[in-house]
Amino acid sequence: MELLNYAFMQRALLAAVLVGVTAPAIGIYLVQRRQSLMGDGIGHVAMTGVGLGFLLSASPVWTAAVVSVLGAVLMELIRWYGRTRGDIALAMLFYGGMAGGVLFINLAPGGSSANLTSYLFGSLSTVSPSDVTAICLLAAFVVLVTLGLRRQLFAVSQDEEFARVTGLPVRALNLLTAVTAAVTVTVAMRVVGLLLVSALMVVPVAAAQQLGRSFAATFAIAVAIGVGVTIGGTVTSYYQDVPPGATIVLLTIAAFVVLTALATPLARRRARALAAARPAGEPAEYALPAGRQAAGQETSGRETADRGTADRAGA
Amino acid sequence: MSGRDAREHKDRRSHGRDGHRDGHGQDGRDGIMGEPVIAVHEVTAELGARPVLRGIDLTVRRGEVVALLGANGSGKSTAVRTVIGQVPVSSGRIELFGTPLRRFRSWSRVGYVPQRTTAAGGVPATVAEVVSSGRLSRTRFGLFRRADRLAVHRALELVGMADRAKDSVDALSGGQHQRVLIARALAAEPELLIMDEPMAGVDLASQEILARTLREQVATGATVLLVLHELGPLEPLIDRAVVLRDGCVVHDGPPPQAVGQHALPGHDHVHPHDSSGAGPIRTGLLS
Repeated sequence: MELLNYAFMQRALLAAVLVGVTAPAIGIYLVQRRQSLMGDGIGHVAMTGVGLGFLLSASPVWTAAVVSVLGAVLMELIRWYGRTRGDIALAMLFYGGMAGGVLFINLAPGGSSANLTSYLFGSLSTVSPSDVTAICLLAAFVVLVTLGLRRQLFAVSQDEEFARVTGLPVRALNLLTAVTAAVTVTVAMRVVGLLLVSALMVVPVAAAQQLGRSFAATFAIAVAIGVGVTIGGTVTSYYQDVPPGATIVLLTIAAFVVLTALATPLARRRARALAAARPAGEPAEYALPAGRQAAGQETSGRETADRGTADRAGA
Repeated sequence: MSGRDAREHKDRRSHGRDGHRDGHGQDGRDGIMGEPVIAVHEVTAELGARPVLRGIDLTVRRGEVVALLGANGSGKSTAVRTVIGQVPVSSGRIELFGTPLRRFRSWSRVGYVPQRTTAAGGVPATVAEVVSSGRLSRTRFGLFRRADRLAVHRALELVGMADRAKDSVDALSGGQHQRVLIARALAAEPELLIMDEPMAGVDLASQEILARTLREQVATGATVLLVLHELGPLEPLIDRAVVLRDGCVVHDGPPPQAVGQHALPGHDHVHPHDSSGAGPIRTGLLS
């Protein structure tokens, strides 16, 4: 564990773990609401924030946080009011955000699109102490919301109309979800980058769905996967000199593939156990051949046997 | 259920009602039976540009079981959704428990069972987790105490799903899913139940359990507004039927006697009947 001796690696690992916790924690609600790509959209908008940070020589993490929160609120408002033309408004928001980022960063003294790359794909080794402070504060907010309000967020994501009739402040909770997703994007920006953020929000949840039967278990498994792949990717990048962001995302997808392959036979066995535990009063399978034999005796046992072979040959 | 049983059952209900009110310790001033729980006056509503409700009146009094009938597109679902504030009203007024809908906040008194949709959420959830959502209106900041967990368990027992509490809702049949949605509404121990097509796509065994659950709720004094496509097995429970056609109320009175084609709410032959006449159609479900 010599890598822990380096301060930059300590910061990198801390930032990576925080992303591993927060991205799936908010992602599970987005997946449940079928807004899996919301993180991607916010990531595009956040680029304007990064550009503004360079232009104003402010910390890009904080400017990106402010701009992506505004973008997320705007997206939520478009979802309320722009039902019919909503998708076009969102497209304009996303591409406007991306174009704004490129424009601002080129206006900044000494800035060029090359500076954007470390924000687009992450750059763990350049995480500064002030970045870590910002990431810690933002991550604390995300954990507080996603755990503290889990019952309310679950209810709203599961059945929005029912949640409204329960008297929950659904609009406020929707806004809070959008804002939390935006904050998570900026937390993850330095680690996996704006273009890959959404993968960490969605894929661990998709992988956890293969195993979990309850929302609570799916939440826990998704966070565990998130932490596992972010640590794994960071450590791999230290020893193998590969980009951490891309490594983390590919590890997440690998986890999804492995869990899906494992879960399919597991689910089948579970279904069989469930069926066995519920005797439905219907004849068991072994009764069938006996019945068929009896019917066969009436005509000709030989004929039925022949038909059986013919069926097999045809199949 | 025979006619005599039904009468007995209504007697039980009035006893239960008092007990219920004492239990909740509210409305102590209310000595009069049957003050309006839902009051809808000349409400019109549009979906898009299409008028769906053209000035309907609907009153449901405490302890009543009212069925809202009508053909597809007659506006019955929209009517119910205006009552719970999910469809904006263009004119007219709605009161819940005597409070104008706009200022109504005690949503824990209302249990809503939406029309069941087959689209399940992407993330797995257990039966208990879904039913717990219904209890949120009774909690402070969503913190569950022992009493809340007990209420969730009780609601699951009422619909006969307590043994499936830890199962994923994806593993349930349509009828079991409907029972879970009803348990979710019952978890807040509401005084008013609003159900949209609770019997649609429900197997016979679940229909029987749903009818029994509803009967028990009515016996403890609950007020019920049901959207139904046909009266079916719930018929013996229903005090009054309101029939909608093209967004207007065409009948408000005793439930139309269901006989063959006449059972269809869209049928022209809709007028008040003397309920003391021939017994209702026996489905055998409630006997």
